[in-house]
Amino acid sequence: MSIRPNAILEVDALERRFDVSAPWLNRLIERKPRQTLRAVDGVDFTIQRGQTLALVGESGCGKSTIAKLVTGLHPPSGGKIRFHGDRDRLQMIFQDPFASLNPRWRVARIIAEPLRTLRPDTPLDQVSARVEDLLRTVGLAPADGLKFPHEFSGGQRQRISIARALAGEPEFLVCDEPTSALDVSVQAQVLNLMKKLQKEMGLTYLFISHDLSVVRHMADVIAVMYLGRIVEIQPTADLFANPLHPYTQLLLDTIPDLEAPKRDRSPMAGEVPSPVSPPSGCSFHPRCPRAFDRCKQERPQRRPEVHNRRVACFAAETTLERIPHV
Amino acid sequence: MSDVVLDVQNLRVEFPTRKGTLTAVDGISLQIRRGEVLGMVGESGAGKSMTGMSILGLLEPPGRIAAGSIHLSGDRIDTLDDRAMQTIRGRRIGAIFQDPLTSLNPLFRVGDQLVETIRLHTSLDKAQARERAKDLMREVGIPAVEERIDNYPHQFSGGMRQRIVIALALCAEPELIVADEPTTALDVSIQAQITALLKRLCRERGTAVMLVTHDMGVIAETADRVAVMYAGRLAEVGTVDDVVRHPKHPYTVGLMGSIPSLRKDVEELQMIPGSMPRLNAIPPGCAFNPRCMRAGPRCHREVPRIATEQSGAACWLGTQGGVA
Repeated sequence: MSIRPNAILEVDALERRFDVSAPWLNRLIERKPRQTLRAVDGVDFTIQRGQTLALVGESGCGKSTIAKLVTGLHPPSGGKIRFHGDRDRLQMIFQDPFASLNPRWRVARIIAEPLRTLRPDTPLDQVSARVEDLLRTVGLAPADGLKFPHEFSGGQRQRISIARALAGEPEFLVCDEPTSALDVSVQAQVLNLMKKLQKEMGLTYLFISHDLSVVRHMADVIAVMYLGRIVEIQPTADLFANPLHPYTQLLLDTIPDLEAPKRDRSPMAGEVPSPVSPPSGCSFHPRCPRAFDRCKQERPQRRPEVHNRRVACFAAETTLERIPHV
Repeated sequence: MSDVVLDVQNLRVEFPTRKGTLTAVDGISLQIRRGEVLGMVGESGAGKSMTGMSILGLLEPPGRIAAGSIHLSGDRIDTLDDRAMQTIRGRRIGAIFQDPLTSLNPLFRVGDQLVETIRLHTSLDKAQARERAKDLMREVGIPAVEERIDNYPHQFSGGMRQRIVIALALCAEPELIVADEPTTALDVSIQAQITALLKRLCRERGTAVMLVTHDMGVIAETADRVAVMYAGRLAEVGTVDDVVRHPKHPYTVGLMGSIPSLRKDVEELQMIPGSMPRLNAIPPGCAFNPRCMRAGPRCHREVPRIATEQSGAACWLGTQGGVA
């Protein structure tokens, strides 16, 4: 795979397995086998500089594991992550603003931490000037730097997390469910801030969320994940106008729509199977209304060469071929 | 009005603390009729769960009901002692909470938990109660009931566990179900299954449901009427259609505008500046006035109330005298 022009991150056949076996003694006495969980199972995607790629999916589909692999918090078990940028300029924003800030540190120290780590020779007065700047950038007052995290609300804490991430002058931000712990009116403030910063600083986002309406608002390209695999990837407008994979269609169909509530819906039955023992072939086939024999035996091709418009589904592939590739 | 199941009048919940008394719920009045789903929405800390807990008689001390009344089908229940309340909970009011793992006992088989609850509230014998438990499990959509009835809670998925909790709430055919964030811990495709189930049960059995959630989408699909709470007070009450499509209170208008749309493209989401005041710092007059674009002098002086119990907004806008 050659470097695509303007790509900042290329992920190629990425895999991550976790050992979820019973303890050694149990395996010996109860003759339990070793078990591995394929959290990420052959994932390919490319992010263009200055764009937002969103990973969506239900819990356990592997989206947060990808965030940890991209930031280097977990080593991959297979495949490649190629980051065409400065590794020091990759930062992360976490979901829980109550757990991700040190409760014993003042806000100014929290925000200055990346500066002190990445550029330890910065003079102190410059550090504090920068912290004040950052606090203003995210809509807080410079005086807030003297307070402790517990003095802030959830939305304000998430602003502090963003300021901390910006301190290292990042070009690439991995945002793992940055607003799902926030109330909607506060979520709007944080999402608007993130969009504004992206425009002003030319940031690239890998945005992870389970909320399709948030993702629609934020992303240029959306990748839908199911049991460790990307089942469909399309530019945002196309995905919503013309979802190809039956799972994407199911997701879009089940989210409550304020403008057109489906009050007499008959929701699709079934649940996400355990990733420890995923179904054979296409892992969605037990729930799929369009599944046929081939889906039970054969796994749909990955086709990594088509980077932002593909669907991993035998039934939908024929539909896709009629749409010109980008 | 004999079909009113729940009638709450001027409910006030207070928490005495060392630094003074906090008012978590401030003068709330609402009614739910037979077969009706009332949605309670609001941000965290708005007092929606406190209202639900007061109805269930499960307020954690030092929290207490300081004023107002709660009637269940004509019987006053807020003045009952703990023992009397215990027989009402389960038999006449069912409860469903957010986390199905903590509402089930992990050490007992789900069937035994159902049988225990059924026998506590009815005069069925053990075998009959077990048959009834199986019927209930079938009704809430659990497959292979004969095998599943002897499983432990950890052997069920989150969605299936929440179904068991709903079955538990239904054991004694209660008149009212208080469901506090029943789908928040679940994924969207499971969430749709659970809300559809709640709605069906409510329609078929005529149970009144109080659905507490922060998710406006769930309300739009499930509830008949909505009550929007802000800083312990009711901001707006009305039918789902009215509140979602034609919100009147500036807070509800802002709340609706801040939800990203699935259909429209907007460059910037509408925002409500600031955040909800803490309970110890509620401003005089309308609690929303510091964040309101249209606040006038009157909003800083007088607390607006909703004129009727069925619909309306607690806002001086559009009333006689206006905000001036």
